[in-house]
Amino acid sequence: MTTGDREKSFYETQGRHTGILSWVLSTDHKRIGILYLTAMFSFFFVAVILGVLMRLELIAPGRTIMSATTYNAIFTVHGVIMIFLFIIPGIPSGLGNFLLPLLIGARDVAFPRINLMSWWFYITGAIVILVSLFTGGGPPDTGWTFYVPYSIKTGTNVTLAVFGVFLLGISSTLTGINFVTTIHRLRAPGMKWFRMPLFVWSLYATGWVQILATPVLGLTLLLLMSERLFGFGLFDPAKGGDPLLFEHLFWIYSHPAVYIMILPAMGAVTEIIPVFARRTIFGYKAIAFSSLAIASAGYLVWGHHMFTSGMSDIARMVFSFLTFIVAIPSGIKVFNWVASLYKGSIELVSPLLFTISFIFLFSIGGLTGLVNGALATNIFVHGTYFIVAHFHYTMFGGTAFAFFAALHYWFPKITGRMYREALAKRAWVILFTGFNVLYFPMFILGLEGMPRRYYDYLPRFQTGHFISTIGSWILATGLAIMFYNLIRSIFKGEAAGSNPWGGTTLEWTTSSPPPRENFKEIPVVTGGPYRFGKD
Amino acid sequence: MFMKFLYKSASVDNVMFFIVGISVFMLVLVTSLMIFFLIRYRRKKNPDAENIEGNLMLEIIWTVIPTILVLAMFYYGWIGFRIMRNPPKDAMLVKVTARMWSWSFMYENGQKSGELNVPLNRPVKLIINSEDVLHSLFIPAFRIKEDAVPGMETYLWFLPDKTGTYDLFCTEYCGSGHHSMISKVIVMAQEDFSKWYGEKEGAGKAQDSLKIMENNGCLGCHTVDGTKRVGPGFKGIFGKEAEVITNGRERKIVIDKEYLRRSMLDPGADVVKGFPDIMPSQKGILKDEEINAIIEYIKKLK
Repeated sequence: MTTGDREKSFYETQGRHTGILSWVLSTDHKRIGILYLTAMFSFFFVAVILGVLMRLELIAPGRTIMSATTYNAIFTVHGVIMIFLFIIPGIPSGLGNFLLPLLIGARDVAFPRINLMSWWFYITGAIVILVSLFTGGGPPDTGWTFYVPYSIKTGTNVTLAVFGVFLLGISSTLTGINFVTTIHRLRAPGMKWFRMPLFVWSLYATGWVQILATPVLGLTLLLLMSERLFGFGLFDPAKGGDPLLFEHLFWIYSHPAVYIMILPAMGAVTEIIPVFARRTIFGYKAIAFSSLAIASAGYLVWGHHMFTSGMSDIARMVFSFLTFIVAIPSGIKVFNWVASLYKGSIELVSPLLFTISFIFLFSIGGLTGLVNGALATNIFVHGTYFIVAHFHYTMFGGTAFAFFAALHYWFPKITGRMYREALAKRAWVILFTGFNVLYFPMFILGLEGMPRRYYDYLPRFQTGHFISTIGSWILATGLAIMFYNLIRSIFKGEAAGSNPWGGTTLEWTTSSPPPRENFKEIPVVTGGPYRFGKD
Repeated sequence: MFMKFLYKSASVDNVMFFIVGISVFMLVLVTSLMIFFLIRYRRKKNPDAENIEGNLMLEIIWTVIPTILVLAMFYYGWIGFRIMRNPPKDAMLVKVTARMWSWSFMYENGQKSGELNVPLNRPVKLIINSEDVLHSLFIPAFRIKEDAVPGMETYLWFLPDKTGTYDLFCTEYCGSGHHSMISKVIVMAQEDFSKWYGEKEGAGKAQDSLKIMENNGCLGCHTVDGTKRVGPGFKGIFGKEAEVITNGRERKIVIDKEYLRRSMLDPGADVVKGFPDIMPSQKGILKDEEINAIIEYIKKLK
């Protein structure tokens, strides 16, 4: 941006097509990243509204605004959208697509056309899910877990919705293959494995989980569809099938999927901390290896979703043990993040503020996971609001807060403009307050025995539900302000310059927004990613 | 606000206190360190950062100590769990049948009830089964839970060591009536229990028809006051004409004795139009005289 002959940004380079086609047919990873982000946040917005409606229904016992059937459909659709359309593609497909080639000094991902295809699978899957809501027997009412035999018996449009999720699975697998190959093959000269930014390490670990775990989901969902369409009998005890088989198959994917959701989030905050502490990351290798450890140990713990399922006691014991093992690398990450603030020169701006609150909220989510991981206590809290609180602390307080941190951090790179910092901070205060008012009472409700997925509840649970509903309004306000600030700044923000934060990773060496092929010349890497104050 | 901790559930509560205690300590440690660093090393006060790449000793410490802690948590969790999975030999057996959306408890003498009545201080072992979809039996006061799985028997046990009435919930989502699949555990003194148990003893004794329907969960879906729930209400239907779906085709039938009997034994044969085909068959569950009693009852409901 310093000279007049600056290269045209990728927004100004349309490629072969014009208008909307220059987006939906583009093989530019940056355009695809933005396609994902736009679609994902649109779905996120819908699911937030559904969440607020659910909380409104629960403000008092008895019917408030909707029937039980509507409520059940809403919590199912809320879960399906949040998980399959927002958090799983979330950071990897959205920000990862935009940033991965920039972070490793490449011109694009390894397979740009497959990349576009995976977006098309994503958007087709999303459309199929949306269609399933308004056709056939109406929106599915099974919960996002699609547990049999209920999902076989219900007259709602489960088959079509499941097919949509199946397509999303293909999208996710393709992205994983693409990213792993890109990281292996397209790193800039001199970028050895241990010179990669840690976000790249986390995307690498995530990619492997996507490749190895997602096909199991595809298989499971196809079997569920055959069960519904042809009465296969694999899961139906009346035909010699076993409902537990479905639970196993479902969680063999869906537990590793939790790490697809959280690993990239951990990677993103690892980029942010050093930049605002103006110092190198503490324990680079420990953080890199802990990503791999989480990804690999994460395959072996699916049974902890089934501690009350009727599975054998010995299996419950083994899965509990393995679950505690996977807690260790997450702890290592948290300790290294905190240590990375030690003797830094810290500027507490909005990306770091979101990051710090991510560490706090994720720690609560992770530590309450220990309560779930221990057998005796799991039996008690399983299926209660304690679980609802736990996974919102990890997925929303964890992944989504890290996502917001990353969105603020890379906003100037993606748009070339800057948002209003003061407004971002104010949005954070409201969001953070609202989040805790919304979800913390759920821990207490759970310990009092409140079961999850209940349309109605006994009067003794009312206080907690009431506070929680108030929290949902605060949270929604915070989100509205945050998105207002970001969206407004896309058009009206001040020009940001190529490196507003003084970052040291490669994406900050090119202009903002980057040109079509990212770098004028492919950079040569001579050292680690976080070298501050050593010119 | 919390429920009182009962004696045998103490094994769960001790594990809970242990884990939550350590967790709160770790959370406070991490958070206060973070806040301290943010203040102590803010840019104004500390303009020059120091690049510290890592420290092997620290990495080892914060790997080994958490490992020991989580293994301890695993161990206590498992010990508590072992207690929960090993019912005493003298436990009272109760068979539980879960279905959309009611619980039915059957005692050793064949007596059935929609609520779980148990005597004080005698261990109770519940043998759980489901007739349709997954359910889960949860008694928060006794800290226990186990899924009800069709085609499979599961079990749990507890020691009711304090008289009173406690909630019993379904905690595995099972459809539109999930939230109303609630029952009670009534813990009574031994003599009260004997009275209750003896009073109703003798399976041959005619029970009041409404009680039969309650105990078998019929009223989870059907009402006797004319309101509509998941299934058709019973009030005033006898002798009326109804549209039903038979093998996918609509037809009209008259609701008579034969039809009502068929609806209980083979509910999928003729499903009243507008209602889901989800009712489980009552074959082998309802005795002939119970079926007749229910039909007589419906007949009189005008």
